[in-house]
Amino acid sequence: MDIHEYQAKAILAEYGLPIAQGGLAYSPEQAAYRTREIGGDKWVVKAQVHSGGRGKAGGVKICADEHEVWEAADEMLGKRLVTQQTGPKGKMISRLYVEEATSITAEFYLSLVLDRCSERIMIVASAAGGMDIEEVAKNNPQAIVNISVEPAVGIQKFQAREIAFALGLKAKQVNQAVTVIEACYRAFRDLDATMVEINPLVVTEDGRLVALDAKMAFDDNALFRRQQISELRDKSQEDPLEMKAADRGLSYIGLDGNIGCIINGAGLAMATMDMIKDAGGEPANFLDIGGGASPERVAKAFNLVLADENIEAILVNIFAGINRCDWVAEGIVQAMNKFEIKIPVIVRLSGTNVEEGRKIIAESGAELIIAESLDEAASKSVAAVAGGGA
Amino acid sequence: MSIVVNEKTPVIVQGFTGRIGSFHAQEMIDYGTNVVGGITPGKGGIAHLGKPVFDTVKEAVQQTGAEASIVFVPPPFAADAIMEAADAGIRQCVCITDGIPSQDMIRVKRYMIRYKEKRKMCLIGPNCAGVISPGKAMMGIMPGHIYKQGSVGVIGRSGTLGYEAASQMKALGIGISTSVGIGGDPINGSSFKDHLLSFEEDDETEMVVLIGEIGGPQEAAAAAFTRDYVSKPVVAYIAGLTAPKGRRMGHAGAIISTQGESAAEKMQIMEDCGITVVKRASEFGSTVAKVLAIIKS
Repeated sequence: MDIHEYQAKAILAEYGLPIAQGGLAYSPEQAAYRTREIGGDKWVVKAQVHSGGRGKAGGVKICADEHEVWEAADEMLGKRLVTQQTGPKGKMISRLYVEEATSITAEFYLSLVLDRCSERIMIVASAAGGMDIEEVAKNNPQAIVNISVEPAVGIQKFQAREIAFALGLKAKQVNQAVTVIEACYRAFRDLDATMVEINPLVVTEDGRLVALDAKMAFDDNALFRRQQISELRDKSQEDPLEMKAADRGLSYIGLDGNIGCIINGAGLAMATMDMIKDAGGEPANFLDIGGGASPERVAKAFNLVLADENIEAILVNIFAGINRCDWVAEGIVQAMNKFEIKIPVIVRLSGTNVEEGRKIIAESGAELIIAESLDEAASKSVAAVAGGGA
Repeated sequence: MSIVVNEKTPVIVQGFTGRIGSFHAQEMIDYGTNVVGGITPGKGGIAHLGKPVFDTVKEAVQQTGAEASIVFVPPPFAADAIMEAADAGIRQCVCITDGIPSQDMIRVKRYMIRYKEKRKMCLIGPNCAGVISPGKAMMGIMPGHIYKQGSVGVIGRSGTLGYEAASQMKALGIGISTSVGIGGDPINGSSFKDHLLSFEEDDETEMVVLIGEIGGPQEAAAAAFTRDYVSKPVVAYIAGLTAPKGRRMGHAGAIISTQGESAAEKMQIMEDCGITVVKRASEFGSTVAKVLAIIKS
């Protein structure tokens, strides 16, 4: 789960991360008012959307007076911000963060991630702040410092100092950097984060370290014990179909194609999508209905896939282990009747209770295209779409 | 021989009396697995499915001589159950549970380092379908009837894709020595590499099938290990060629986040290490058949 910059800053500040003074605004008036609260003579108005690359997309504006802040807020609020990470639809701007502008003498990159190689929390830092870290990793890997944290004892001060010195920080700032790194680590560990990113971490003209931007992501599997984090969820930043699916215990990801997919198991779902593409078609989505799917859950999956306007055919591919083909078949028949589906539906059933499942489908009289194998499932789906277009 | 589990291995079930634990324990018993008891804290002393129930894993091991355990404990408590098994001297632990927090798994992996190699536990999963040595024993949730006994070792992240491979092979008359599901989580117990080594040393296994997917470093590590240490033929498939970068595809671990984690890159690494790559998921059976024909000729 992702949260906004202002939320991440509030959390990390409680752990001791130095941030600039700022406040949230839902309207141009509030944004303008914030400038008086904050004081100073220069402010930054930042769109709060779940995406990086906001600056380049026009989601960050530096303003010299209250009027400019009002104008910047008026322009951004209610608009969808399209960044390199959001896709062409972009993400709705409904909150702004107004912050005191900081004069900068140096910029650094700092992040904490779950490293799958060492199976530990890894601290990644670079003197190339403000830049895309993946670019730096590719073109200039020696500019990146990595330190993994022993989980039994946590981060040690000497490790934080090693990072600070490797970044070339002056002696005066090293202790501040230790505070910053320890704060990020404790927040990461205490709150089941999967990522903390400070980009950039800057040195101000008066020699202070300040986090100019902050990003946090959390482990969905740990939200059961992090209620305070669950409350920070902003549904306006999520894809409505994906959100609907998640609330129904289905795992759904929308894509650009026209063949809707209803499959059990993440691996089989990915493999089926690959097969469709290989046969010359385009999958419209990833959808895993999971284990032990009831007829109702299968029908809900249909409802979800049909909500995508680009759908021209639906492929149901089930290899039942814990699942039961007869339940899946009942779900398919229910959906065919309930939603009066006009587009071709291709069904491939295999595994537990497959004979019963096929019987239910045959007896229902529903117009379904039956596939015997994975190969047939993919080729018949692609053929159905091509036939419909002709 | 087979790896991890055979018809003699004494198995206990953690989370024995729960709905899911009971159902699959019965399936395992019906398949012929030597289930010797189970654990549900607070229910020690009763009998369930005709087997004794214990309060602690330690007690179960002492009284039944159990060597392997399978965990059906809900996500908030699963990491604790795995560590309990490790401390009680269990040698093979399969964890089916999906949804264990990553930091709990970091703790589990760190905890397991404390034991000397001789008594170190092998963890399989979490978030996996388990292990089956067809015709001998099943420690998992797979439909046993789709597997034929034979000489091909299978290691995979995905449950249903493993079923797909097994049934394609069975249709061609090809059997499996053992199929191991290592699970779809970002931080898991044993990796492809660990089981490749076991299959390399197993007399009954002639070749190995790896079923990988996008995300994480384990497929690349397995490829390098195969090149350097495995003499038996290895065939591999990677799911997720069409998966967009940065999106989590169902499995907690199925996300392309850095270089080398996409399906195309992993396939290339596999090929570079001398592994036969299965290009399409419909070609598991035919590819394995070709490789077996070469071995036999």
